[in-house]
Amino acid sequence: MASATDSPVIVPDEIEFVHGSSLWTDAWHRLRKNKLALFGLGCVLTITFLCLIGPLVTGYTYEQTDLTLKASPPLDKIIKRTETLKNDEKKVTFYSLTNIEDEFVEKPRDERKRIAAGLARGEEYSEGAFVYQSSNQKHLFGTDALGRDLLTRVLVGGRISLSVGFVATLISVAIGVVWGTTAGFAGGVVDNVMMRIVDVLYALPFTVIVILLMVFCGRNFILLFVAIGAVEWLTMARIVRGQIISLKHQEFVEAAVSLGLSRARIMFRHLIPNVTTVIVIYATLTVPNVMLLEAVLSFLGLGVPPPMSSWGVLISEGASTMETSPWLLWIPAAFFSLTLFSLNFLGDGLSDACNPKSAKD
Amino acid sequence: MIKLIVSRLLQLIPVVWIVLTVTFFLSKSIPGGPFSAERQVTPEVKQKLDEYYGLDKSLLEQYVHYIARVAHFDLGPSYTYQTSSVNEVIARAFPVSLQIGTLAFIIALAIGVTAGVVAAIYKNQIWDYLPMSLAMAGICVPTFVMGPILAVYFGLTLKIAPVSGWYGLDYAPLHPMILPAVTLGLFYAAYIARLTRGGMLDVLNQDFIRTARAKGVPDRDIIFKHAMRGGLLPVVSFLGPEFAGLISGSFVVEKVFNVPGLGQEFIKSVFNRDYPLILGTVAFFAVLIVVFNLLADLLQSAMDPRTRK
Repeated sequence: MASATDSPVIVPDEIEFVHGSSLWTDAWHRLRKNKLALFGLGCVLTITFLCLIGPLVTGYTYEQTDLTLKASPPLDKIIKRTETLKNDEKKVTFYSLTNIEDEFVEKPRDERKRIAAGLARGEEYSEGAFVYQSSNQKHLFGTDALGRDLLTRVLVGGRISLSVGFVATLISVAIGVVWGTTAGFAGGVVDNVMMRIVDVLYALPFTVIVILLMVFCGRNFILLFVAIGAVEWLTMARIVRGQIISLKHQEFVEAAVSLGLSRARIMFRHLIPNVTTVIVIYATLTVPNVMLLEAVLSFLGLGVPPPMSSWGVLISEGASTMETSPWLLWIPAAFFSLTLFSLNFLGDGLSDACNPKSAKD
Repeated sequence: MIKLIVSRLLQLIPVVWIVLTVTFFLSKSIPGGPFSAERQVTPEVKQKLDEYYGLDKSLLEQYVHYIARVAHFDLGPSYTYQTSSVNEVIARAFPVSLQIGTLAFIIALAIGVTAGVVAAIYKNQIWDYLPMSLAMAGICVPTFVMGPILAVYFGLTLKIAPVSGWYGLDYAPLHPMILPAVTLGLFYAAYIARLTRGGMLDVLNQDFIRTARAKGVPDRDIIFKHAMRGGLLPVVSFLGPEFAGLISGSFVVEKVFNVPGLGQEFIKSVFNRDYPLILGTVAFFAVLIVVFNLLADLLQSAMDPRTRK
């Protein structure tokens, strides 16, 4: 490894000295040369940022329905219908230009076409108590079957999907790292028992158990995190254990032991920091897996309860109306796939950057 | 070798027992049951039903009774399918899943291994980047996006395959198992391609390959006879555990194409609170996973002499 050692050097204040480049600085320099990984990093950050602030500025909420404005295609012109009621009050309803002809079903076909074409040019059309005119309301991604703004739902859904991805990964990393380190460091019987438990758990049909948990315990948001996190830690535990075993006979650990440090301190201060790269790489690759699992659960109707949205929920809804309104599938699927794509590239890039030897392949 | 097989098969007993116990108490600890309110039965009928299915006994008695029954390979009666036992439901649904799964496996291996080997041979050239980008795209387009797209395109636009269903669909040129299998297969092909490329590159850099080259062994023989045996090891060790993923993938695919396979039966049984069917399918999945892990290990030791100790 090209990095300098990071053992503490005591230097008097007045002497200026050049910092050795740390493992992470080196890795960052190599990562910067990997265009795809940088692209991935940029995408993940952009999407996360959009999901965080987007829903605040779209002007709609994820649950606000508008039944007359259902299934409006992306960027479609929205027509405003103003109805003057008997007591002179105005009642405003919105229609999408694509579906406006349905309002005039009783008229002959070319008459309908003529009205729609006129409205498309921005002309006004009035009939009885109704006045039709174009409005400046916009739905960038169109609306879903209940007239909810798809852009807002995609961004709010992204919050759920990303937070499930990151939180469940954190949970699985926490369990996996502590389990693997303890097993590897303790060795002997403890190691044997702990790893046999992992083996047995590996043999359990875990997707099945998560599904059971979600059905029996209700579609609880917290449970979703815990259930997925509890499934994904096994591989992490195995990887960390392998690393710890190869580390624990090195001199710095012997030094720590001879200094009389407690086992917990050796584990958390000396061993775990040395496996950080492995943990980070594997965690980056776990996030997409977790997001996929969440989406599968949502697709089976076991994810977050309606009217809340997540990418899995949106894709599931979109798949059912794909013939008539394909954008309801394409747009959330694009966001979902792009995020997975970016995370995978980032994970691969990190792994190459931290293990320069494997990068040559 | 025999010791490995026997010890793994013995491992089945604790695994199935743990799965059954956890699932049993989990499902019983939740209020409500298969014959509660929404089914609209009179108290007398409910009492009869409870008696018939043994639901009036204490939890522990029910548990002991159930485990004793499973020990005789009898998974009990199903609540929703009054005329069939759980054994019969599984016997009916599993062949459907197995057909789709097998075809998907073949598709995944054929496409994945070819793409991976080609990418490894043409490392860092166009024939590396192209298949590997496609593979990455394949991983990122989940089955529940690919499924509906294939269904609409091949089923509705081209009309050469049924959109959904399984029985009595002989009119379409393509068998109903093709689209689900392709959907599932493409997803796994992407993983296999990446693993194959990595494994092949590791092997191709080793000394014995250089020796073979120096001796003038033709490229084709180097790839097929020398490199592939070691290069496919990561694929084999991936396929065993990942069979669990194939099962969860088949939940989705069977739902998208409305195929009456084991995944569909499991999801239905969970929503219907059909306890014996839930327990039966879960135990069956556990057995499948253990068996496939074992097969993967056996195949691995056949391919890699170093693991035979």
